[in-house]
Amino acid sequence: MKEITYKEALREALSEEMTQDENVILMGEDIGLYGGNFQVTQDLVLRFGEERVMDTPLSEAVIAGCAVGAAILGLRPVVEVMFSDFVTLMMDNLVNQAAKMSFMSGGKVNVPMVVRLPVGCGTGAAAQHSQSLEAWMCHVPGLKVVFPSNPYEAKGLMKAAIRDNNPVIFCEHKLLYNAVGNVPEDDYIIQIGQANVMKKGAHLSIITYGYAVQKCLQTALKLKTKGIDAEIIDLRTLLPLDEKTIIDSVKKTGRVLIVHDAVKTGGVGGEIAALIAEKAFPYLKAPIVRIAGKDVPIPFNKKLEQASVPQVEDIKKAAERLMRK
Amino acid sequence: MSLTNEKTINMYTKMITARLMEEMIGQLFSENMLHGTTHLGIGQEASAIAACMTLQKGDKITLTHRNHLGCIGIGMELKYIMAEMFGKETGVCSGLGGSMHMIDIEKGNLGANGIVGGGLGIATGAALKMKYKKENNVVLCFLGDGATNEGLFHEAMNLASIWKLPVVFYVENNGYAVSMPTERSMNIKDIEKRAEGYGMRSIILDGNNAIDVYNMTFSAVQYVREGNGPMLIESKTYRMSGHSRNDTEQRYRDAQEVEQWSAKCPIKRLEEYMLKNNIASTEMLTEINEQVTKELKEAILFSQNSIEPVAEEMQRYVYAK
Repeated sequence: MKEITYKEALREALSEEMTQDENVILMGEDIGLYGGNFQVTQDLVLRFGEERVMDTPLSEAVIAGCAVGAAILGLRPVVEVMFSDFVTLMMDNLVNQAAKMSFMSGGKVNVPMVVRLPVGCGTGAAAQHSQSLEAWMCHVPGLKVVFPSNPYEAKGLMKAAIRDNNPVIFCEHKLLYNAVGNVPEDDYIIQIGQANVMKKGAHLSIITYGYAVQKCLQTALKLKTKGIDAEIIDLRTLLPLDEKTIIDSVKKTGRVLIVHDAVKTGGVGGEIAALIAEKAFPYLKAPIVRIAGKDVPIPFNKKLEQASVPQVEDIKKAAERLMRK
Repeated sequence: MSLTNEKTINMYTKMITARLMEEMIGQLFSENMLHGTTHLGIGQEASAIAACMTLQKGDKITLTHRNHLGCIGIGMELKYIMAEMFGKETGVCSGLGGSMHMIDIEKGNLGANGIVGGGLGIATGAALKMKYKKENNVVLCFLGDGATNEGLFHEAMNLASIWKLPVVFYVENNGYAVSMPTERSMNIKDIEKRAEGYGMRSIILDGNNAIDVYNMTFSAVQYVREGNGPMLIESKTYRMSGHSRNDTEQRYRDAQEVEQWSAKCPIKRLEEYMLKNNIASTEMLTEINEQVTKELKEAILFSQNSIEPVAEEMQRYVYAK
C-alpha cells in the first residue's frame, strides 16, 4: 500500500490504462501542459504525447460526440470538461447518442468511453460551477454513473470505467482531489455496480456516496460516542444501483438515513428510498429519512454555501432523531 | 478513380433500388402496414448514392433521419433494411431502431440519427480514430441544411479543421428544414460559405446530377484522404416527398416549385446520360428495374415472414457486456 491523493490516484489509473492499452486516449479542456483544471492529468502529455492527450477547444458538445465516434470504432476515450456543470452542454451526445447506440443497433455497437466530471460545491465558485447533477444521468438507461469517495475507490473505479464497454459518467468531487488514502501497489479494479459497506454497524444504515461519504464517516465517529453504531454504505455506482447491498443492510438495521450533496428533489436518494419501500418495507422500524442538498442553486456566500449542503452536524442530528423513533 | 461504365450501371441500380424502395415504403405506410414514421428522400438519390459510391473499403458514413438512400449507397442489403422498417428481429437494428436509426458498421454506416446534426460529433470522432490509427480512410458525414444551424455544427467543423481530420461534411441542401426554407433560416445563399470561417475548403455541386456528384465528391474525398484536413460539400438538391409521413399538405411550398424540380429528376437525368453515352440500352434499364422490383418483393416477403423481437429480451441490449 502507498498513500496518495485522490487526484494522484486518478492520474495513476489513467496512466496505467494508457500504458497497457494504446486505444485509451484523453481529450478535454486544458488537460495538456496546463494539467487539467484540477491537475488530474498533470504531465501525462509529456509521457504520452499530444496524440493521446489532446487539448480541445471549449466545445463540450463535440468533445462528447467525438468520444462516441471514436469509441464505436474501438478507441477508449476518456474525456474531461472543466466543471460538471458543463455537462448540460454535452447532454445530447451523452443522452441521445452515447447511451442509446448499443440498444438502437440491437447490441451490435459498443460505446466504451468515460466522461470525467468535477462535481460539487465548497470552492466558492457559485451556482454555475458547483452543482451535483449526477441524478440526471441516472435517469438514462445505457449510461453508467460512478462516484468514488476516496483515492482507493477513485483508482479502482477509473480503471474499471476505462475497461467497461459502455459510456461511464465519472463524477469526481472537487473537495476530494487532495484527500489522501491508501492505494494498493498492484493492479486492481473495483467492479462497477457494487456498493461497499464502508463501516459495519447494527443500529442504522447510512446510505451515501461521493464526498458525503467522508462526512458520514466523521458523523459515525461522533455517533459512536453516543452509543449509536451506524453502518455506512458507499454506493460507489449510482447506475446501476447495487440493490442487494442496500436491502441487506436495511434488513439488518431497520433504520435508514440517506445522505447526498445533490438537491433533494429528484435526487438519487428518492430512488433509494423508493427501492427500500418496495423491497424491504416490513423490515423498517422507522420512516426513511433523506438528508440532502437544499432545493436552491448553490449560493456564493461561504456560510450560505455550507448551509446549502448537509454538514456533519446535520447528519448527526438526523441520525439521533431517527434513533429516537 | 474515374467513373467506369460498370460503376455507372451499379450507381444507377442503387438509385433505382432506393427510389422503388422508398415508393414502396410510402405505399406501405399509406396502407398502415408499417408502424411509426419515416423520412423519404425521393428526388435526392443522386446526391446521396453517387457520393457514397466514391468511398473505399474502410471508409465510413454517418447519416441523417433521411437515411435510406445512404444505406443503399453504402451497400446495405435491401432485405435487412426492409425488415427493420417492419420492426423485425432480422432487421439491421433487430427491430429496435427503425427507420431513423439504420446502422451497419461493417458495411461502413456508423448510424443514421434522429437528432438533426447528431452525426456531426460521431463523424468527427470516427475520423479522429482513423487519423490516430494512421488508416488511409475518410468519413463522409451527411447532414442537411437545417443541421448547419445547430450549435454542434460549429463545434464539429472547428474541431475537425484544427485537428485536420479526414472527414467530408456533406451538406445536402434540399431547400427546407421541415417547413422552414433556407432563405428564412440563414442569411446567406450558399451554405458552402460557412466553411471559410473554419479555414476549411468547400465546393458546391448539383446534387441532382449523379455524374457531377460522383466526380466532384471523389476529388474532395481524395483531397481529404491525402491528409489535407476536412472539406465541406454543399449538394444542392430537392426533396420531392414531404418531410415525413405526416407532411401531406405541404403548405410551405408551391406546386410550381415542386414541378420545376421534378423536371430535374436525378434518375431520369442519369438514364438519359447512360443512353446518350451508350453505357446502357433501354432494354438494359428495363431489365434492371424488373430485377430490382423482384428483389424488393422478396425483401418485403422476407420481412413479413421474419419474427418480431420479444419484450423479455430487450433489456439485454441496454448495456454491452
